[in-house]
Amino acid sequence: MKKIRKILERFVEGILTVSGAITTITILLIVVFLFREGLGLFNSPSVEKGYNLCVNASNPVLHLSSVDIMEIFDYEATNWKEFGGADEEIVPFRFEEIFDRYPEEEMGENYELLPVRLGEAIASTPGIIAFVPQEYTPEGMDGVKVLLNDKITPSDFFGGKQWIPTATPAPQFGTLPLILGTLLVSFVAILIALPLGLGVAIYMSELASNRMRSFLKPTIELLAGIPSVVYGFFGLVVLVPLIQKVFNLPVGETAFAGSIVLAIMALPTIITVAEDAMRNTPRAMREASLALGATHWQTIYRVIIPYAGSGISAAVVLGIGRAIGETMAVLMVTGNAAVMPHSLFEPVRTIPATIAAELGEAPAGGPHYQALFMLGCVLFIITMIISVTAEAISKRESNKGL
Amino acid sequence: MIEAKNIDFYYGDFHALKNINMVMEDHTVTAFIGPSGCGKSTFLRLFNRMNDLIPGARLEGECLIDGKNIYDKSVVVDELRKNVGMVFQKPNPFPKSIFENVAYGLRVNGVKDKAFIAQKVEESLKGAALWEEVKDKLKKSAYELSGGQQQRLCIARALAVSPSILLMDEPASALDPISTSKIEELIHSLKNDYTIVIVTHNMQQAARVSDKTGFFMLGELVEYNDTKKMFLNPDKVQTQNYITGRFG
Repeated sequence: MKKIRKILERFVEGILTVSGAITTITILLIVVFLFREGLGLFNSPSVEKGYNLCVNASNPVLHLSSVDIMEIFDYEATNWKEFGGADEEIVPFRFEEIFDRYPEEEMGENYELLPVRLGEAIASTPGIIAFVPQEYTPEGMDGVKVLLNDKITPSDFFGGKQWIPTATPAPQFGTLPLILGTLLVSFVAILIALPLGLGVAIYMSELASNRMRSFLKPTIELLAGIPSVVYGFFGLVVLVPLIQKVFNLPVGETAFAGSIVLAIMALPTIITVAEDAMRNTPRAMREASLALGATHWQTIYRVIIPYAGSGISAAVVLGIGRAIGETMAVLMVTGNAAVMPHSLFEPVRTIPATIAAELGEAPAGGPHYQALFMLGCVLFIITMIISVTAEAISKRESNKGL
Repeated sequence: MIEAKNIDFYYGDFHALKNINMVMEDHTVTAFIGPSGCGKSTFLRLFNRMNDLIPGARLEGECLIDGKNIYDKSVVVDELRKNVGMVFQKPNPFPKSIFENVAYGLRVNGVKDKAFIAQKVEESLKGAALWEEVKDKLKKSAYELSGGQQQRLCIARALAVSPSILLMDEPASALDPISTSKIEELIHSLKNDYTIVIVTHNMQQAARVSDKTGFFMLGELVEYNDTKKMFLNPDKVQTQNYITGRFG
């Protein structure tokens, strides 16, 4: 009998250990996977995969950044002087244009003469820059120079101001607008949620009657359980038209709408955590203060709030964490324009919204796909910093020595 | 002078104090003794209206300080508590510096004059026999002090608002014997300036520090007498039994 029980206990212990190990390993694997996929981006060429850029051999320019390439093919940059070349007009040349210059018969039966024709075209035009598939690249021909293919650099990724992942020939993976959009929306959300949340927390912990509290607390906790899509609906149908009307804007889908929705979503966290912290102030502290002739209000702001200070900051940090990682509601109300945010009343796009919106159309393994994973890494690092901060703060609280 | 007239006190349905009458003279030390749950702390907390904080509590009868009913509607509770200081069972300094702990009562009463606050803090710490030990570390956290020092800090904190009455709710019960004797000495010296009411579990302590003693049992004041008489030759058998340790 005893033996069976012992074996059973061993068995249960084993199961618990294994499930713990599996969970840990899974989480670590997810993180490793995220970073492995994401870091591949910095091995991708800045020009679309499978293509080369060729210039006339007389052109002294050796390589171009992805922003330069995009400007050239958008006809925004028009002279080689801008890139350290001669004073020569730039002639952007897309591969298909070869058929405008040469009739199809001259390409040979199986297009085997296509590279030769491309080479001729490049050699005869001093200012040309041709975007050609690797298999037809006229490499080694007189008068043709293939530009060195740069890799996407971290500074392109973190410092670039343009997010145009589908641009050809050079997709733009500048995440600055997305990072700034995320920070802007979250920051304003906290700015709105903090005073409101603290106000409600103080009311609930210090002023509300027991009956009021027993009604309010579950209501607010319920608020935390509403799916974010529902908040998104609310934002889209109520807030967005309201903001458009009140501020007289061309569109209501703005950073501000996102901030308000996020603020509402962060409120329950802030309220419950801050309220708990305040209610955990020992009765002895309140009594000591009151016994010295302090009023209820003086006791609240001189003793209870400072005492609950670290709990309140933990509440704030957790609220920020919720706001930064939130995807769906923000995706629905911010308008999703991946541009550098200039004001609160313009559409912006956040990191999570970008990932959610674009992952479906990004070819697996391509630079766009990798860039989205890299964005995931960025988000992961931001939220990790926030959780570590929250942890440190609440540790400080428990060490306060009471 | 503190006067309790026909006091009945209820926690909800529980009748905690039953028809208590008592007079405490100025500049005396009065001790309340009795078994746990006898109502002595409840009675003490009536005099600075600390029981107001308890939901469902109800008082009948009159509590007079210097002839004025402190439960009268015209009484401002904060003002009353400035006059009636309190020291609690467990030391409960604020999570602030030693200086700020003592200055707290002045600050909440709107005192802004820094020189005055500094002087008052020093006086109060001297009055609580703590000055010599802390004068070099006033900016340090109050939690760096020992339990006995913390309790004297709480006494200093109460003294800083210049009360005329000091209520002490088992002030030495959480302290070691040396700290306890320091607190008792302190009570002796404070008697000249304050009216002191002390609740204690420790009968020797009551005998050592008090002029008069009240013995409470099951919400009733069994006997209230001069401390000497109380401990040598009490009027009531119950008192005799309690003091000699036959119960409680």
